[in-house]
Order: sequence, then structure tokens, then C-alpha cells
Amino acid sequence: MPRNMRFTRPDPPVLLQDQWNNGIHGFDEGPCDDPRIHPARLTVAPATVKSKAPYPPAEERATVGTRMDLPVPSERLTHLRLLEAESIHVLREATAEFDRPVMLYSIGKDSAVMAHLARKAFFPGKLPFPLLHVDTTWKFRDMYAFRDRFAREHGIDLIVHRNEDGVRKGVNPFDYGSQVYTTIMKTEALLEALTIHGFDCAFGGARRDEERSRAKERIYSFRDAHHQWDPKNQRPELWNLYNGHVRPGESVRVFPLSNWTELDVWLYIWLEHIPVVPLYFAAERPVVERDGTLIMVDDDRFRLREGETPRLERVRFRTLGCYPLTGAVRSTATTVPQILREMLEGGESERQGRLIDFDTDGSMELKKREGYF
Amino acid sequence: MFARLHHDAPGPTPSRDIETFLRHYEGQELLRFVAVGSVDDGKSTLIGRLLHDTGSVYRDQIEAVRRASARRGVDAPLDYALFTDGLRAEREQGITIDVAYRYFFTARRKFIVADTPGHVQYTRNMVTGASTANVAVILIDARHGVLEQSRRHAAIASLLRTPHLVVCINKMDLVDFDPDVFGSIRTAFAEFARGLAFHDVTYIPVSALAGDNVIERSPRTPWYEGPTLLEFLETVPVLDHRNHRDFRFPIQTVIRPHLDYRGLAGTVASGAVRVGDEVVVLPSGRRTKVASIDTFDGALEMARTPQSITVRLADEIDASRGEMLVAPDRPPTVARTLDAHLVWMDDAPLEPGRAYLLKHTTATVRAKVTDVHGKTDLFSLGCVATDEVGPNDIVRVRIEAARPIFCDPYATNRATGAFILIDPVNHHTVAAGMVERAFPVDMAREAAPDGRTGATVLVRGPYDAAMDAAERGARHLRNAGLLAVAVVAPGSTSRALETPEGSAVEEIARAVREAGGVALVAIPDADACRVDADLVVDADRDADGRLRLRPGAPRSQDTPVVERVRAALRSATTFDPSRVPE
Repeated sequence: MPRNMRFTRPDPPVLLQDQWNNGIHGFDEGPCDDPRIHPARLTVAPATVKSKAPYPPAEERATVGTRMDLPVPSERLTHLRLLEAESIHVLREATAEFDRPVMLYSIGKDSAVMAHLARKAFFPGKLPFPLLHVDTTWKFRDMYAFRDRFAREHGIDLIVHRNEDGVRKGVNPFDYGSQVYTTIMKTEALLEALTIHGFDCAFGGARRDEERSRAKERIYSFRDAHHQWDPKNQRPELWNLYNGHVRPGESVRVFPLSNWTELDVWLYIWLEHIPVVPLYFAAERPVVERDGTLIMVDDDRFRLREGETPRLERVRFRTLGCYPLTGAVRSTATTVPQILREMLEGGESERQGRLIDFDTDGSMELKKREGYF
Repeated sequence: MFARLHHDAPGPTPSRDIETFLRHYEGQELLRFVAVGSVDDGKSTLIGRLLHDTGSVYRDQIEAVRRASARRGVDAPLDYALFTDGLRAEREQGITIDVAYRYFFTARRKFIVADTPGHVQYTRNMVTGASTANVAVILIDARHGVLEQSRRHAAIASLLRTPHLVVCINKMDLVDFDPDVFGSIRTAFAEFARGLAFHDVTYIPVSALAGDNVIERSPRTPWYEGPTLLEFLETVPVLDHRNHRDFRFPIQTVIRPHLDYRGLAGTVASGAVRVGDEVVVLPSGRRTKVASIDTFDGALEMARTPQSITVRLADEIDASRGEMLVAPDRPPTVARTLDAHLVWMDDAPLEPGRAYLLKHTTATVRAKVTDVHGKTDLFSLGCVATDEVGPNDIVRVRIEAARPIFCDPYATNRATGAFILIDPVNHHTVAAGMVERAFPVDMAREAAPDGRTGATVLVRGPYDAAMDAAERGARHLRNAGLLAVAVVAPGSTSRALETPEGSAVEEIARAVREAGGVALVAIPDADACRVDADLVVDADRDADGRLRLRPGAPRSQDTPVVERVRAALRSATTFDPSRVPE
């Protein structure tokens, strides 16, 4: 298999691409008792093996019309390489078709992967758009440090935007509740930034496997002049032909990672050595347990309730947001494979630690209709 | 989570050997499938069942669905459809409005599922989900049999060249797992599917609600010996709809970090390319060689579809977005005139003659639909004449683009045969298009109204009179100095003419016209299918059995040749056929 088809980690095993043609239908032969890790599957099949066997007998054959020419069995690229190519295609396409694109940068793992893909898409050039961080002022300190280092090291044009009105009024998650706080400091701040800079295309790192209403969103998600999403009237999205036509004031959110899953994102981070915020890995951190959720006390703005005393626990975060609204999980995972092992064995979804999703049934959809990412 | 991966272990599991597991997962094949069918056929339930039973939903999600099921008073403890119906309006109405994408994997494969709406109103969302699928899974309610919407969905999936079709006859529990019910639906569908372009069709009796034949074989269908749905999805060869032969590289953007670097960035739409390969830049036609293939991860010797790469050329050639690098030995057709299938998706009907935007690969051009050849009838799959093209109609049309596009027939190359039409005012995506045939620019110019020499004449009337008239009329025109031939449909039926693919008769007529000749077409029941005729002639016999020809007004814009044909045939109206010299 050509070098460029694979990631560069040493000795990666490969699924037998031509298993059907080689007559290996199941994996029940051989010494290994686990059907998934049969030794036959860990060897590399020459990618150039031509199909000799015909396809299994078709129950019904088409009698009218031309059938697809040249059916070729199996993808030659691994699914992760396919996802990577698709994302780069989307990034290039939107950048070419919009006047003022911007990439939303949340400092999390998905943003890290998206920014990495953007660097690949425009290599050896620089990113042809700025990164925008909507700063609620309540992110973890580690996130701010990571963000600034990332921008500096890669010479990235980073725009940081805060809702100054909200900052002046002292809007915080404690007094205002997560819903109002998120609306003012995240949604409104984002819309303000998009309007001020006149961005007509904003890349976001959202994935369809995150949440039910996200699963319905297009890769190009159209927003009217009020930044509203109309889930009942989305543009059809055919093949890889995206419709980027908007009128002045309208915009499109573009999600290059739409088809990635959480597992894909972590696997890619691992294979590509993409740096992420250390909060994703377990360490001793000061936490309090509140309503069944572990909240990290990241600075002295945290309002302790009566009887609460921060204690040190080995925890990590599955997603990163505003620290008073992000639940930690007890963990000992300090490497990506260890994180993935915990993820695969555990039974909780990634948004489980996000307090804002639980406000009301369908709360994410409501937020998205209003313009939340 | 991922119970299916765990339950039969003692071997390496994620917990015991995570790295081996990850590398195995990384190397997995990807299968994209789409679930289609009518309203209430149980698609969302089926997908929910697949996700749940393969251990692909999280505990907290199951809990949430359990609570929601209880709140809504659903009979079953778990309403599986709630795993996929994500929008409020969907949960309130209990229907699926938009396509939902779901992801799961088993020990054998990774899957992307598009769960699509069944309601006619939302067919465009079904097309969205089907356009990238390797397999279409169509659900049919065992109690209701094959409905119009099932036919529409199957026809669209066939038109989109989805290689495999699985017909799940669902709700078998409600018909007592009766093999006769299964058999008769299967027979009915097979009869219909004969006219479709699938590589293969597989029928599976299932109950999505109870789980029969979804993952595990059902003890309640001992008469069924085929695979379960998951078994099929795990083992069907992933037929790739990419064309691996003809190199096409639409340029997306030019990367120019400094004066010494000019890279053409894009996705290899089909075929493969190596450093040193000769390529042609379209539309300029200039030839050059590939100097290097660059990626962030290092230079490549070779790249193939669908990799995203950056190409540098050996010569300083001014190529930019919308242009295309192609293999010199197998170039695409450079065409402004296309015959294509459209799936119309907008609420506003198609307006022939109006300028739309046509997006094809990375090029967007203005284009008009100049002729509607006909509409696909969902029962016969035949082509019927139509005056209006509305939402969800499948039609064959002639398109004229303002600038040439570089395309291939969709059947041989999806990437360069697919296009969308966009309304230039409200920017809706109004149609999905598939190139059936592209007319090379030079030939099209000859056939264009200004300098055209060819014409198609449709002869109507009692069939024997029409055939006779076509043959004698052609002779008459030849005597008048025109290159004319009669194109007569053989036999007493014109079944071939009614296929969505176009008929031999039509093909011949078109070829004659393009070659600058006049084709006189006689087919039985000429009103049923509109050959794109420039002129229609009515033929009959008078009381003495003599042939009479009555040419109507020209259908296409007045052109010298049509006027000449018309005048010649009018003068033939009263001629005595026996006196025409052979």
C-alpha cells in the first residue's frame, strides 16, 4: 500500500481490503479467539490486487439502463483518510466561495483538529482567514494559555471577542443561570462579532454525533440576516456540491467535521500528534461536587455554597467550556489511548458533562435556532 | 457502550489492548447507507434499533429516551425512533422531517447512516441523504405493500446510481410473519425494480420494533434463509461509485504563499495522477506536466480519488478555480448543451427558459432548461409528456449553459456527471442534476438554432399511416436535396421509448439531427412521449387510401432547415406516393 495512504505511526495494521475477493468472509478460522483481531486482518494486502471473483449473485439484475460503470470493491483509503480529505475539500470550497470567512475557535479538541485540517488544506500557505474566539471570560485558565501559545506558534490571526456590555454588567453563570448567561455571553457575543466583522461564512467544529439536533444539520448551514437557523427549511445538500450563495447580511455556518465521531477525533489527535489542552488528561485538580457533577474551582471567582470545600481529585474533562458549567469525570487517563479506553468502556455521552444541554427537552435546538453554534 | 464489541470477547478488547483495537478501527472500511421509505414505515425505529443493538448509544441517551418514551405514553419501554428524531417538530408530530446522520461501527465495518424522511413534502431531504450512499435500505410496511412513495424513493436511488438496494419488508409481526405476504410484496417490487439500475436487490423480512432479522436471525421466520440486515451491511462489497480510471482534477483554489510557489489545490474527483504525468488544462487545452504533488504531510509520487492535494505544474500556466486538469487520453466532454435528469426539489416549479445557476464540480455557470423531454412515471418508469415540473418530479431535460462545463455522463463518473441548479434570486438549491449526455461544444454550435442544418420531425397518426408517411416523406426530402432518414420504431409497442434512459429511436433521431440530417420519427402512440421534435406532422389516409401529410407549426425557433422541411412536406401533402421516383 502506498505510503501516502496511511498515517505515519509505526506498524499500523490494515484491514484486508480485498477480503471479499480473497474469499475471507468471516474471521472464524485461525488461532486468535477474538473475531475482531484475527491475525489475517493485521497483514497488508497489496492495494493493487485486481478483482477476480465476480460479485455474489445478484437477486435481481437491472434490465433497463446503464449500470454504474466500473464498480470497484472497497475504499482504498481508510475511513479516517476519507474524512480528512472530505474536510479539506469543504474548507477549501467555502474559503474559495465566500468573501469573508472566519474560523470559530473554541480551544477544544474539535477546534484543534479543525485548525490542523485547515493548516493542511492551505499548506504551504498560511490560513487565509482569521480565527475567532468568543470569550465568555469564564474559560479555564489552561485554555487561555493554550490559545495564546497556539496562535503565537503558528502565526495565526486570532480575534478575541467579548460581549463588553455583558462584562460591564458582570454577567456570570452564578447569578444569571446557565441559560441567560449562555445567551448573553456566548450567543449574543458570537452574533455581535460576526456582524462587526461582516463575516459571511463561519467554520465551526461541531459534529453530527454530538447531539440529536446536530445530526440534522447540513455541512453548509444557512442562517438568515438575523442569524437564525430554520431546521424545517434547510437547503438540500447533494454529493459534495455545496451551495454557498447568500445575500448581503445572510451567512452560512460551515461544519467541516460533520461526519467525524468523537472516537475519530481522538484517534486523529493521537495519530497526528495534535496538541490539546492538558485539561483533557487526568490530573489532581480542586473540585466540588454539586448536583451530582464535579465542578473544578479554577479561580477565586467561584462561588462556593455553604458547606462546600474544594478537594483534590484525579479528574479530566471530556469537553471544555466555561469552567463553572463543565463537569469533570474521575479518571486516571493520561494518554489518548487511555482516554479512548475509558470512553469505550464507559457509558456516558460526551455532552453529559455539559450542564447547558439539560435545561429543557430540545434545548440545543432552541439555542441553535437563536444562533448558538 | 459498544456492547457488540464486548460481549463475545475473551480476546483483546479496548480495555486490554487499546492500541491494537485503535489500529484495527483505523483500518476499517466505511459503508454509507441511506434508509428510505414512506411515512410510518418505521425507518427511524429501524435505525434506532440498529444503533441500540450494536451498542452504539450511550447510557445517558438510553435513559433520556426511556424517560421521553414514558412521558409520551408509548407502549414499548423504549421508543427506538426517539434515538434519531432530533427536531422538536419531529418529536411532536412523530415524523421525520430532515435527514439525520448517524454513526456506528461493528467489529467488521464503520457505518454512516442517513435516516431520511418519508413524507413526499420532504423528498428533497431524502435525495440529500441518498446522494452519497453505497447502499439504499428501503422499508415497506408489510400491511400496505409497495406505495407510490416507495417507488419514488427507489427510482431516485436508482437514478443516483446507488449500487445496492435492500428491501426491508417491515412490521412482519403484524402479519404473523406470513411468508406469502413477504413473497407477494417481493414479487410486486421485483417487477417494478426490473426497470431500475441497481447492481443487486435483496429482500429481508423484518420487524424493526421487535428486532426480527435486524441483527439476529429471527426464529419466527424459519422460511427465510437470507442474511439479517446487519449481516448484509457488514458483508456486502463496498461498491465504490468513484471512477478510478479517468483523471479529473477540478481546481478549487490557488495557493500562492509567495512568488515562487503556485499550487493548484483541489480534490482528485476521479482517477489518479503521478508526478511527471502529462495533463491538459481545460478549457484552454494547454498541455503540461505535473511537477509535484504537495501535501502538508510531504510530497507524494501519486494521488488518487478522493484525496485532497495541491498540484504544481511544470509550465507557468494560468489556471484557476473552475478550471480542470484532466488526462489527455481520456478527456471529459467540453459541453454547453446537456441532456440530463433532474430531481426537482423546489416548491416553485421549473421555469423553462429562465436562467438558473448550475454548479458543477468547482464551476458555477448560468444555464437554462430549454426543453423538457418528459417526466418519469413512477408506475411504469416510462417517460411521459409534461407541461409543468414541480416538487419531487423526476424529469429529463435539455440544458444550455452560458459557458462550457467539463463533464462526463453520470453513469460513468459521478463526480463529473453531477450538478445542482440554484435559483439566482432566492438562492434555493432547486434541483439535483445528472448528466445523461453531453454534446461537445463544436457539434452543439452546429446544432444550435443559428447555423443548424439538422431537424427532428415527429410523424403522428394511425401507426401504419405514420410509418408510411415517414418513409415516403424521407424519400421526398432526399429528392428535395436534404439529408433525410426515416426512424421507425419496430414492432407494435414502443416500450423501449418509454424508458427513462431514452430509447434507441430517440438516440438515432438525435444523432441524425446532430450530423446535420433530418430524422422523420414514426412511433406508435406518438403523444405518449415527446421526442424533442422541431416539427410535428400529422399523417392519415383519405377515403381512397392515399396518404396525407399535414405539417404543424415549427416547435423550435424558426430555422431555415425546419422551414425548408415544412415547405417540402406541405408540397407533398397531395402527392401521389406511387409517383415519387425511387
